[in-house]
Amino acid sequence: MIEFCGIRLDHRIVNASGTFDAIAARRAFGDALFDDFPFAAFVSKTVTLAPRQGNPPPRLWELPGGMINSIGLPNKGLAGYLREDLPRLGELPVPLIVNVMGSRREDVVRLVAAFSERDEVSALELNVSCPNVKTGLIMGADPRELAALLDVVVPHAGKPLIVKMTPNCASPADVAAAAEQHGADAVSLINTLRGMAMDPHRPGEPWLGGGTGGVSGPAVRAIALSQIREVRERVDLPVVGMGGVQTGGHAHDLRELGADLVAVGTESFRDPLAGRRIADELAALEHAFPANAAPQVEAVPQWH
Amino acid sequence: MNTSIEGGSEVAGAAEYRIPVLSSPTRTLAPFGRRLTQLKLRREYGPYRVITVDDPDGPRPDPGQFYMLTAAERWGGGEDERPFLPRAFSVLRAHDDGTLDFLLEDVGPGTNRLCELEPGDGLHLLGPLGQGFTPPRENRRPILVGGGVGIAPLAIWADRIGAAALTLLGFRDAVHAEGAALIPGARIATDDGSQGYRGLVTDLLNAELGCDPRAEIYACGPGPMLEAVATIANELGIPAQLAMESGMACGYGACFGCVVETRDGYVRLCVDGPVIEAAAL
Repeated sequence: MIEFCGIRLDHRIVNASGTFDAIAARRAFGDALFDDFPFAAFVSKTVTLAPRQGNPPPRLWELPGGMINSIGLPNKGLAGYLREDLPRLGELPVPLIVNVMGSRREDVVRLVAAFSERDEVSALELNVSCPNVKTGLIMGADPRELAALLDVVVPHAGKPLIVKMTPNCASPADVAAAAEQHGADAVSLINTLRGMAMDPHRPGEPWLGGGTGGVSGPAVRAIALSQIREVRERVDLPVVGMGGVQTGGHAHDLRELGADLVAVGTESFRDPLAGRRIADELAALEHAFPANAAPQVEAVPQWH
Repeated sequence: MNTSIEGGSEVAGAAEYRIPVLSSPTRTLAPFGRRLTQLKLRREYGPYRVITVDDPDGPRPDPGQFYMLTAAERWGGGEDERPFLPRAFSVLRAHDDGTLDFLLEDVGPGTNRLCELEPGDGLHLLGPLGQGFTPPRENRRPILVGGGVGIAPLAIWADRIGAAALTLLGFRDAVHAEGAALIPGARIATDDGSQGYRGLVTDLLNAELGCDPRAEIYACGPGPMLEAVATIANELGIPAQLAMESGMACGYGACFGCVVETRDGYVRLCVDGPVIEAAAL
């Protein structure tokens, strides 16, 4: 049992927002999902004030070592989410972290205030980073913009507030420092990196319906390592580290850089039980090699 | 082989057609997590490959349900790390010995890798997933319409509903039409006329419906074929269940990547389909 922002968790692996839908997974797998839930806490997809349809398809593109998604944050909106989704997510066997996003500061305040009143919710994650939506990008890319947002949101946050950072900015460390100074309880990173793919059938045209999308998977792992280290060196806030984690060894690397929790995202698409496997692998490694105690976890020869 | 679309086919007692075994109104659930299994057998039908996979621990799928397949080796690794995501395949047949058949056509890095697999090679299986076909309403006679590699879910559905189901299959040419051997008794159309009727499978469908419109259509195939089937069905007010395809990262509702547009907005094919009513589009 560990503690994160005052929440007691069974282990250190959670899901990245938007990469696991517990309600849909229950339709596919039934209650077996609850018997062996892969994550120590469940992080919801982003909820916005108004319902969103999401981007037109195609929404996916496979890459060497990953993928690009252009989903566009489809969700039922605050009212629909409170009515239909939250009661069902309240049945999960683990704490619930609700991710919210708004294009105006007052929207974020309303979302944060509404979820702060709900007993089903253990913490809030603020999406200031989704590169699929123009409005999400700005708030998290600029330290002053984020500071101004937090100054109005934090007084309404009745739960721990995690800022989900964007990697698409000049200085993640500056943004994290602003989050720390303006009342955030934790930061989570990295979100997807903005990218695009060309349509093989229409020269010069983008493949994705949304034009650009977010790159994820093992292709972004090296960037995650670098940004998490940069942020960890600047702030003392708890950190949720993520980016291309596929194994317990990858999770252990992030732990050694100072991540308190590790999120699994794209790997869950390849196997819905990936989070459970990674948690088990990480636990075995942490038993054998406590964080910051072992010189090397997986000595992989680089030039062979 | 039928070379004319005139006259349609005779289905004895079509008006009193009864489904011998009803499919479950609720979907068959997948075990949670992918399972490592083995390829047992592979056979070739022209450009298509049928792989038989061991799945002793899995439930028997509903016709129209699908699985996510991943080769155990050289998938998400290797020189360029593609294929990376699993690939979705409708189940072609489920056998009493706990094996499953899938129909493959080598058209990209994922299907190429799966087509390379030999008996004894490992692969991961997640499924059965999604919502399959449901029986015809109001004792309508079922007409199965397939195109190319999309004939797969029609084979297991034809097995379930019995020999009285009329099956119409369309292929590019006679070489591709070798796939029709998977559904004995099917009538065939080819684009170039090298086998069966020369033209589109929807021509055969129109002729059938001209004889007796009291039908329910089950279709799977390329997008333009499904659009044509949906148009025909919606214009005549005939129910049609379309097994659709879309690029899919996860297969269980997590990625929101596989949406298609319906009257009610975007729906995820993996959990709300892959079988979608034409009237909903």
